[in-house]
Amino acid sequence: MEWIQQLVNGISLGSIYALIALGYTMVYGIIKLINFAHGDVFMLGAFIGFYAIARWEMNVFLALILAMILCAVIGVIIERVAYKRLRNATRIAALITAIGVSLLIEYTVIFFRGSSPEAYPTVFTTKNIEIFGVQISTLAIFILSVSIFLMLLLQFIVHKTKIGKAMRAVSHDADAARLMGINVDNTISATFAIGSALAGAAGVIFGIYYTRIDPLMGIMPGIKAFIAAVLGGIGIIPGAMVGGLVLGVVETVVSALGYSLWRDAAAFVILILILILRPAGIFGKNTREKV
Amino acid sequence: MAKHNKTKKYGSLFMATALLTGILAGCGTDDSGSGSGSGSKGSGNTAGDTIKIGANLELSGAVGSYGSSINDGAKLAIDEINAAGGIDGKQIEYIPIDNKSETAEATSAAIKLAEQEKVVAMLAPATSGNSVATVQIANNHKVPMVTGSGTAPNVTVNDDGTVNEYAFRTCFIDPFQGTVAANFATNELGAKNVAIFADNASDYAKGLAASFKETITANGGTVVTEEAYVAKDVDFKSQLTNIKGKNPDFIFIPGYYEEVGIIVKQAREAGITVPLMGADGWDSPKLIELAGADALNNTFITNHYSSEDPDAKIQDFVKAFNDKYSQAPNAFHALGYDSIYFIVDAIKRVDGDVTSEAIQKQLASTKDLSLVTGTFTVDENHNPVKSATVLEFVDGKQQFNSKVNP
Repeated sequence: MEWIQQLVNGISLGSIYALIALGYTMVYGIIKLINFAHGDVFMLGAFIGFYAIARWEMNVFLALILAMILCAVIGVIIERVAYKRLRNATRIAALITAIGVSLLIEYTVIFFRGSSPEAYPTVFTTKNIEIFGVQISTLAIFILSVSIFLMLLLQFIVHKTKIGKAMRAVSHDADAARLMGINVDNTISATFAIGSALAGAAGVIFGIYYTRIDPLMGIMPGIKAFIAAVLGGIGIIPGAMVGGLVLGVVETVVSALGYSLWRDAAAFVILILILILRPAGIFGKNTREKV
Repeated sequence: MAKHNKTKKYGSLFMATALLTGILAGCGTDDSGSGSGSGSKGSGNTAGDTIKIGANLELSGAVGSYGSSINDGAKLAIDEINAAGGIDGKQIEYIPIDNKSETAEATSAAIKLAEQEKVVAMLAPATSGNSVATVQIANNHKVPMVTGSGTAPNVTVNDDGTVNEYAFRTCFIDPFQGTVAANFATNELGAKNVAIFADNASDYAKGLAASFKETITANGGTVVTEEAYVAKDVDFKSQLTNIKGKNPDFIFIPGYYEEVGIIVKQAREAGITVPLMGADGWDSPKLIELAGADALNNTFITNHYSSEDPDAKIQDFVKAFNDKYSQAPNAFHALGYDSIYFIVDAIKRVDGDVTSEAIQKQLASTKDLSLVTGTFTVDENHNPVKSATVLEFVDGKQQFNSKVNP
């Protein structure tokens, strides 16, 4: 019974990683950039949700939607201001810019509101439902259902809509897509918008689930989500979901075995192993780089 | 280049000075050790027409609120004693110096009090780090110092186990809270199988966990599981699930409020309903925001004192303090107030000339002294053996529960 309980804990944690990892993997898929500012968009989402619920007394769902919209706008601004002009620069230049944007966001927030943590208000009176002797809080179920809904929505957008088709085309070959009349710049912006909206949603969910938020909260989940994306195969959307869930469960199992202090280390060991053994990730095909 | 050379020159000058100071300091220790010191240094100070008590406190800077609170408490005590005729007809002269919450300033403030002001005793800084920085000065000048809230063991006892002759404190030491929590768990809550969930990144939490474990085992209890976390973690669910699986009837969580708040919340969500207990690291309004008032029911903390304690001595103090400052006194106010009474009690027991050395002997032999933060006796390590107050959270408010004797 205890193990099923731990599995539930792991899936809850993993679904948050998965939501953040989706943004990483989509951006990487389309412009081959590891957007290290993504974890900070997640943090901004958490704070927008916090102010919406605690200060403006909004409903949780409205707060979630508001955070997603504002994060989408922020994501597009980041892309337009910082990354667009670097599209033909070396990849290392874009990577360093991403780290710079990350620090800029973190310390701008600290500048305006200080670095003290904030406590998310209680939005649900959590009840525990007992299923086969396992205590599952209604909160965990809520979070899981929101995450799954968002992932399904994303699958729909990518595979069934015009913009999704454009995204897939651009990620396949940007130049050919442009020749076919696809507006590449708009498509890239749309990718950032969707990825950032998911990060914003993850921020609100994280706040509701774990209560404490602070301006530097995005760093660790950001790195973990990056590991999840690499684990699943960076650039592959289902890979990010599976990678996130696997990482969450692995971390929880490590803690459950009594090695809670090794939890973060376990995540990085996974990253190292996957890069050595299967760099393309679980879902990736081993393709040779074209010369 | 020129600039570089200059820096180098200053660097070596600094090194030379540091070396020289080291040698001089070494001599000083030797002198006082053999008791052949001449002049004012190493021979202690004697009271004149008034009795001078210094205070070397954090009145500004990072932890300015701690020092200022101790100062307010101390001033109230001095006023009361002087209004009642002083000590054997002599008035007390109180000389506070601001150490700006800095170690170097704390050291120079201690030198100033001992050499220029010639105080017979002094209040040491509020934090352990700054207090440790002044211990050598107190020993060399043979002027006793009393810290109100420096709780680290190494203020009075060096790492090699030797006692700093002239260092005393009014508060209990960190590990003691672990002992008190264990006794409370056994005697008041009847806990048999306990779990410990400690912050592995803080010496404070590890010290408390170790002393808790030692005492609870001695009381016949069993530690069924020990889990750990690291500061800044937010997900404690897997450790809590493990703890729950072991069915403890009490969980000890030494740590600071930032993590403890979330731990308490997640523990209740995981269906853990047994009493949870911590120490003064929980004492912050943020704890209630993070955990929520409901989750905090059936949790306890140890602390130095409670202004809600019905004890007459405490209520008299609360009233006197409120009359003077129009606020309820916190633990630092109470400890500052007590520190002065601790010193004054020792001075009253001195036969003949009131010298700083005579006061040191009386401080060390203090027995059953009744103060606001408890009745205490000074042990061989210059730590007070005193009771701690246990507070219970009831609907988000701290309520006085009981006093636990060591």
